[in-house]
Amino acid sequence: MKEFNYTITDAVGIHARPAGLLAKKASEYSSTVTIVKGERKADTRRLMALMSLGIKCGDTITIQTEGADEEKAACEISAFLTDNKY
Amino acid sequence: MIALRGTGISSGIASGPVVYYRRTQTQTKRTSVQDTDEAVARWQAATQTAISQLEELSRKARAEVGEEAAQLFETHQMMLGDLDYTERITSLIRDDHLNPEAAVEDAGKEFAQMFSAMDDEYMKARSVDVLDISSRVVRILSNCDDKGITGKTPVIIAADELKPSETVQLDKSMILGFILTGGNANSHTAILARSLGIPAIINVDGPLRPEYEGRTAIIDGSIGYIVIDPDESTKEYMSKKKREEKALRTMLEQLKGQPDDTLDGKHIKVYANITTPSDTDSVITNDACGIGLFRSEFLYLRSSDYPTENAQFEAYKSVVQKMNGAPVIIRTLDIGADKHVDYFRLEEERNPALGMRALRICLTRPEIFKTQLRALYRASAFGKLSIMFPMVTSLWEVQEAKRICSAVRSELKKERIQFDENVELGVMIETPASVMIALELAKEVSFFSIGTNDLTQYTIAIDRESTAGLEKFYDAHHPAVMRLIDMTVKAGHDAGIWVGICGEIAADVSLTESFLRMGVDELSVSPRAVLPVRNAVRSVNLSK
Repeated sequence: MKEFNYTITDAVGIHARPAGLLAKKASEYSSTVTIVKGERKADTRRLMALMSLGIKCGDTITIQTEGADEEKAACEISAFLTDNKY
Repeated sequence: MIALRGTGISSGIASGPVVYYRRTQTQTKRTSVQDTDEAVARWQAATQTAISQLEELSRKARAEVGEEAAQLFETHQMMLGDLDYTERITSLIRDDHLNPEAAVEDAGKEFAQMFSAMDDEYMKARSVDVLDISSRVVRILSNCDDKGITGKTPVIIAADELKPSETVQLDKSMILGFILTGGNANSHTAILARSLGIPAIINVDGPLRPEYEGRTAIIDGSIGYIVIDPDESTKEYMSKKKREEKALRTMLEQLKGQPDDTLDGKHIKVYANITTPSDTDSVITNDACGIGLFRSEFLYLRSSDYPTENAQFEAYKSVVQKMNGAPVIIRTLDIGADKHVDYFRLEEERNPALGMRALRICLTRPEIFKTQLRALYRASAFGKLSIMFPMVTSLWEVQEAKRICSAVRSELKKERIQFDENVELGVMIETPASVMIALELAKEVSFFSIGTNDLTQYTIAIDRESTAGLEKFYDAHHPAVMRLIDMTVKAGHDAGIWVGICGEIAADVSLTESFLRMGVDELSVSPRAVLPVRNAVRSVNLSK
């Protein structure tokens, strides 16, 4: 399993649309991509579950990838978050 | 004649027949299905149809309303494909043998409930979205389309609430106005109504009785007033007001691009106040020449922990860049008093207005202040940014704040990070103490901005939010406040700096001339008030 932390800088947090784009991105991999916020976690491919985490600006989340392409998934999702200013 | 009251959320006057928005209100049928494969296939086909409809809506919204509405329908498409949602529906069909219509309806309700239970206003509003997408699929499954409105003449639409997709699907040329018994000023329907310029009133206090249908109504979206079966004098009054409003709007539109100069040629800075970076769009549409007050608290209020330097930097930079070289005055953190932020862990005070707030917090916890100042200075490299300090009562506070600013500048220099060396610093004048020592304060900074809301509260010793029946003692035009403004302007000018007003009173055009005669150099008002204030400034002649 690979994991990394990311701190949200978008002023409105991961609201509906960015959550949708992130869910779509996570579906590109065979690995599972899990987002952990505090005590709660969600499968990143599951849009509503992801939205229900209520991730806000300043929150630090942990992204865990597990599976055949976990390395690639972690690397690309990290770049995706930074490039799109999440 | 029947009069009803509500909350006006999109201004303007409309008059015409009331028509109820018709949803096909057939009870969703509930049956038990045996052939679950067939049922699942039927549901999947309906979902595909719903997605294509949403694609079409999104295209339509992009052309007619704007990007924000278009993205909403794109998100709706993604929600329809959500795994938890689709798995729940599949399980209700396969395991519980529920017919697809009922399965979609039940799943929609479950997910809507999850969102409405969240402690975040934005996410709460998403429950409407889930219900919206679910009822779309149910309608397709049951082969019935919403009739919406069918007549051939334009009407005032009455409803309990309108879903975003319903509003967009309506033929705009057939809508004169909206009256809703429910609703929320932040809902997508409210945003759509405002951007289309259709008068709208929500939270109507009386029931919208079925017998009102077809009767003539006049609605005034600026004050939230509805009259059904208006008498002649009301009709006359409203149509006169409508003509005046229309003439005023046309006149104000023509003021765009015109300078904020008095008849005798004195230039006044007419700027806008904003709360979030997205407000910048309306600053630009209303043609303000700058931002006189950017309340930076939103960054702190919307976070669950201290916002990072980078998060703040991005927010400030986006505003400064959008303003494209026009001045942007950002007020440093102003929480405490009526603005609570849990993670600051401020002690409960008996009298928070006289307690730990604004600059006092920053000087007590300089690390928080420094993070904000670093973000502000970094953003200054991208346009014209100024910084202003709220809640000043003593000279040393300003000197200490300046010292921290200077330390931040040295740090950035050492790190070779770019910033504007000439960022101007200002003081918000909002306590009687700061007025009394204004001359000393003026020697420390480049401008003053008078925050009349707090200045009034501290001067006449009345909490504006008080519900104790103090209305007769409250006077927004209290002579004491006017004299304090006058004293501040004189002190500022004696020291050679400019003085502005950024409180609500700045938008009161009955006072514009008095302010200009006092010598006020800047008026910063909500974006919507920019053109009316420009109009007032342009009709003043100071030489007479």
